[in-house]
Amino acid sequence: MDRVAIIGASMTQFGQRDAWIRELLAEAGQAALADADVSPDEIEHLYVSNMASGEFEGQTGVPNALAHDLAAMPAYTARIDQTSSSGGAGVYAAWQSVASGASDMTMLVGGEKMTHRSTAESTDVIASLTHPVEYKHGVTLPSFAGLTARLYLDTYDAPRESLGKVAVKNHKNGVDNPHAQFRKEVDLDTVLDSPVVADPLRLYDFCPITDGSAALVFCPESVAREYTDDYAVISGIGGATDTHVVHERADPTTMGGVVNSSEIAYEMADLEPDDIEVAELHDMFTILEFLQSEDLGFFEKGEGWKAVDEGVTDRDGDLPINTSGGLKSKGHPLGASGVAQVYEIYKQLIGDAGKRQVDADVGLACNVGGFGNCVTTTIMESR
Amino acid sequence: MSDNPPMEAYRYPDGSITYPGHPVGPGGEEPVGTVDLSDYTATVLTWTTSTATPPGVRQPNTLAIVEFDVDGEPVRAIGQVTGEDEVDIGDEVEPVYCEELREPGAGIREPASQEWDGYRFEPL
Repeated sequence: MDRVAIIGASMTQFGQRDAWIRELLAEAGQAALADADVSPDEIEHLYVSNMASGEFEGQTGVPNALAHDLAAMPAYTARIDQTSSSGGAGVYAAWQSVASGASDMTMLVGGEKMTHRSTAESTDVIASLTHPVEYKHGVTLPSFAGLTARLYLDTYDAPRESLGKVAVKNHKNGVDNPHAQFRKEVDLDTVLDSPVVADPLRLYDFCPITDGSAALVFCPESVAREYTDDYAVISGIGGATDTHVVHERADPTTMGGVVNSSEIAYEMADLEPDDIEVAELHDMFTILEFLQSEDLGFFEKGEGWKAVDEGVTDRDGDLPINTSGGLKSKGHPLGASGVAQVYEIYKQLIGDAGKRQVDADVGLACNVGGFGNCVTTTIMESR
Repeated sequence: MSDNPPMEAYRYPDGSITYPGHPVGPGGEEPVGTVDLSDYTATVLTWTTSTATPPGVRQPNTLAIVEFDVDGEPVRAIGQVTGEDEVDIGDEVEPVYCEELREPGAGIREPASQEWDGYRFEPL
């Protein structure tokens, strides 16, 4: 079977941007086409990963707007909304479109415009994904993180400092990412002394609110060879859901969507967790890096914090995690994040990650929506 | 008998109970009855105090996930903790009715789309 290749990628500067959603999407889309050396009229399918442009900005219909702005008509377009995992779901849709034979040239652009809203308003837009019994109590995604972090620390006898070390590591990685929102190291004391947001988690345990966009160009591997020698292939991909109501999960420290989506991806790729050489995980909150690193099978349950503590997940460790700086440092423009995760793995696999470069031929991206409600896991290999 | 609305959980044919209820239960079967959780006490599984709350929500907002034991069947719920009191993992709490947990219409959700009353958890 002809594998699905990624032949071009781009991401905009993440952070507080003057541009609005249409402009952000067009900026990334145009750059990805240039990177792939593909003209707009070659695009057969165009997907846009976006959670809430209508709620944030009052702009809907963004895929059609993007197709027009890039002169990509008459490409088939669709918007992919899967909350924070819209990007990963977009990767899945783009992979499907090529793997099925429906399209020989597909572009995915993920983006979100958020920073014009206050923190409270943005938090509420994101929290609107919750069940009514959660929403009426003022439950937010950060509060889910606080609830889970306390249970994790208590259950696995992990020190509070271990969470802070995730923030320290990912900020350090972000220094070398020219697109990252924050390119500044933080020390552990700064993290541990920052204001409480959702006890026991503090400000530096959380990703920022971000504007930004990222894009990828997909085609069959047989077509990719006509364009470039520098491409990567998707060798496994899986998507899965967990409960909408978070407290109904048997073990709140396990993300079933991560477990199930990764099992599908590993089986498709015929790989094991030990085969992964670099990974981008959805560290919207520091606690999520522990949960995913365990639920992906990298470490035993309750041991993920020790891996961070021992430097295993550092850029020069045995399994570098979030070489991009992660959502924590790079920023989290909802619909763009899953696309930007794959951008980072793609760059690592083709040897174009600059100062962030690690030695890897197999990489994994795990994009989480809600609090593990929807997950896409993507495994990629160098050609 | 209280005049307050029940804290209604659904019971399914396999004996399991969920709060909130769902049209189809864990075993793929429709619910066969309800349970009023406000008649029971619960144990705190975990808790947090959120200081950055969205529009219409008290600040700070202490929340807990609690577990009820309904005749040997565990069922969990999430909710606000009453007052300023901190709780701890393992504490026993009881549901206390509140007419308005959050100001309807202050946030993004359409006020008529859901109920805004419910039960907070008070440490015993």
